[in-house]
Amino acid sequence: MSDADAPLLVAEGLTKYYGRQLGCRDVSFSLYEGEVLAVVGESGSGKTTLLQLLSTQLAPSAGRVRYRLRDGVTRDLESLSEAERRFLFRTDWGYVHQDAALGLRMNVSAGANVGERLMAVGWRHYGRIRGTAAQWLDRVEIEPDRIDDPPLVYSGGMRQRLQIARNLVTQPRLVFMDEPTGGLDVSVQARLLDLLRGLVTELGLAAVVVTHDLAVARLLSHRIMVMKGGEVIETGLTDQVLDDPREPYSQLLVSSILPA
Amino acid sequence: MHPLLQLTGVAKTFTMHLQDGIRLPVVAGVEFAVAAGECVTLAGPSGAGKSSVLKMIFGNYRCDAGEILVRHDGERVDVARADPRLILELRRTTIGYVSQFLRAVPRVAAIDVVAEPLVAAGVGRDAARARAGELLARLNVPQRLWPLPPATFSGGEQQRINIARGFLPDLPILLLDEPTASLDAPNRAIVMDLIKEKKARGTAIASIVHDDDVRARTVDRVIDITRFSASVPIPKFAQPCGTL
Amino acid sequence: MNAPAYNFAYLDEQTKRMIRRAILKAIAVPGYQVPFASREMPMPYGWGTGGVQVTASVLGPDDVLKVIDQGSDDTTNAVSIRKFFAKTAGVRTTTHTAEASVIQTRHRIPETPLTADQILVFQVPIPEPLRFLEPRETETRRMHALADYGLMHVKLYEDIARHGHIATTYAYPVKVDGRYVMDPSPTPKFDNPKMDDCAALQLFGAGREKRIYAIPPHTKVVSLDFEDHPFEASRTPKTCALCGADDTFLDEVITDDKGGRLFVCSDSDYCERRRGGVEKPA
Repeated sequence: MSDADAPLLVAEGLTKYYGRQLGCRDVSFSLYEGEVLAVVGESGSGKTTLLQLLSTQLAPSAGRVRYRLRDGVTRDLESLSEAERRFLFRTDWGYVHQDAALGLRMNVSAGANVGERLMAVGWRHYGRIRGTAAQWLDRVEIEPDRIDDPPLVYSGGMRQRLQIARNLVTQPRLVFMDEPTGGLDVSVQARLLDLLRGLVTELGLAAVVVTHDLAVARLLSHRIMVMKGGEVIETGLTDQVLDDPREPYSQLLVSSILPA
Repeated sequence: MHPLLQLTGVAKTFTMHLQDGIRLPVVAGVEFAVAAGECVTLAGPSGAGKSSVLKMIFGNYRCDAGEILVRHDGERVDVARADPRLILELRRTTIGYVSQFLRAVPRVAAIDVVAEPLVAAGVGRDAARARAGELLARLNVPQRLWPLPPATFSGGEQQRINIARGFLPDLPILLLDEPTASLDAPNRAIVMDLIKEKKARGTAIASIVHDDDVRARTVDRVIDITRFSASVPIPKFAQPCGTL
Repeated sequence: MNAPAYNFAYLDEQTKRMIRRAILKAIAVPGYQVPFASREMPMPYGWGTGGVQVTASVLGPDDVLKVIDQGSDDTTNAVSIRKFFAKTAGVRTTTHTAEASVIQTRHRIPETPLTADQILVFQVPIPEPLRFLEPRETETRRMHALADYGLMHVKLYEDIARHGHIATTYAYPVKVDGRYVMDPSPTPKFDNPKMDDCAALQLFGAGREKRIYAIPPHTKVVSLDFEDHPFEASRTPKTCALCGADDTFLDEVITDDKGGRLFVCSDSDYCERRRGGVEKPA
């Protein structure tokens, strides 16, 4: 199996208990480069726990996560040193929080927010850092004259777009998204989704998108995983699971959408 | 000469868990093949399972039994057993599908909706848009509509966007679900020409067509789906929910 | 004078040994902030307790001590600390940079180049260069451990974005021996180049924050900057009104109510030398 054919991220039997409370149980899947997996479920489904396990922000009670690094070697993420993990997070991964304030430095200018990762990997030319930051702001449709404003004065949608730019500037191969459109106005959501869709395709990003919104899953993902109470109910091709749901819970979820 | 598309013993049953687990068998033992350059049509009354069969070929519906073989990369691949990655690849390179209604994504310009499959297949965006424009022009979609998202277009305009999108790439198998339903006579004629051109290029086409005229001019063989009826046709009220 | 009431240099021998161990550790890892058990001193925090503890630990009976505050031997601070050591250690004191073997300083490095048998002790208020950007100690420790200094450059970037140039004029961060980013204490950035490849041992003590760090002699010390905004050791483009020097760091002195002012060397000893002055009694 050639390198490009090997999966990028592999979850094997991921399980997390908070004391006796189940977070999620026995989740396994493979994610390939350029593939988007949506993890859908209602509150308490375990989808956010799963995202945190995959991005090593939580340690699993059982199971493991393996990731193929840029050098082609697949490593168990548990075996990485903290330095390696932080480097990974800064260069090869992105994490888009539902609340953009968690993923940004609110008091630092937008340009510095986007440029930080570049500076962290050794960029030392102010003009080039600023230029690259400006390009990315343009790409996420933020007006260029806002580059020196801190996100504190941005709207929710702009903050989210800035968070995306900040994450993508180092051209990561894998992006984790936690309800990326949560809490935004509908028109703002549409714009953001459109942007995400375009960027994912253009950059060949692999992504794991946690959402409770099936329309977001339909729009962004190739595959979908339905979760409930910490268990995986159904998984498969997105349009297949949404148009021909097999499991009772999946059918319930799909039929619960109110038509506009 | 091997057919490009072959169905053997294909069966589908819907289990409606929300309605006490009623099982609604749709089709069983579906058997037919389509050769290159051939256009077959699936015939039968509403609810007989025609759309379901097309959707199973496209991998949009799951199939409970049987095989759906297509020629892909020089090999025969069974869509019914293909994993999601393979199905996505098949849709990029082998099987095209023109659904009955355009699913309009907000904010994407009509021309980009049409060009998207080409771009996904690696064609440069400008070249893809140019070709999309040619086809849209042929389908009488005025240029002023090209930069607009199709959500506000009329039914007929939306359908022509849908057709352009499906007909633009050069895929060996094409599935058409009522392609001319919302079109007037002149546009119907154009679509018929497009179908004929595809056939001339060796595309295998499976279609659902209600218009006798279109059928007469494009279809080589009729496949009566009622032959494969499982028991009763799906009542309209129990159609599975694909409202998204 | 009742000197016998004090142990040599005020601190007990065990404490001095503990501090010397911390100093050795600091020298072994240049620029790294070593935690130490800072003692209660007979002056409050903010008055140089860190520097005093370091000086007390390295001082020997044959040492000659100079103490300066903003370059001057004459200010309250400098006078008090000098008297403190005169009383508790009985060492000879001087205002003469070239004559001193140990120099304790607040916020300036002497203009006179230092030599291999000298020790320069800095008084440090906040040792952590990243503190104003990252308030969590847990996080800054991790950043130093992983050499994760992107945030430091974010601060410099912000300066340029806001002011068109790097606006930091004192306590300008440096990278020591190519590894640790360090706060040189609130010395003017004009003094940064003096730390690089310095023949003397440079020790830094923060009493309230309980940290000691060091730059061993002849260590590479580089001020952080951008390729297209390189570091400049800028000074007021004036000459000293007393000695005529045009290459020293100057203090501005207001002379009257009508806005009259003149500039004089901040380093009083250096200025005096240039004027051919006599050594003043300590």
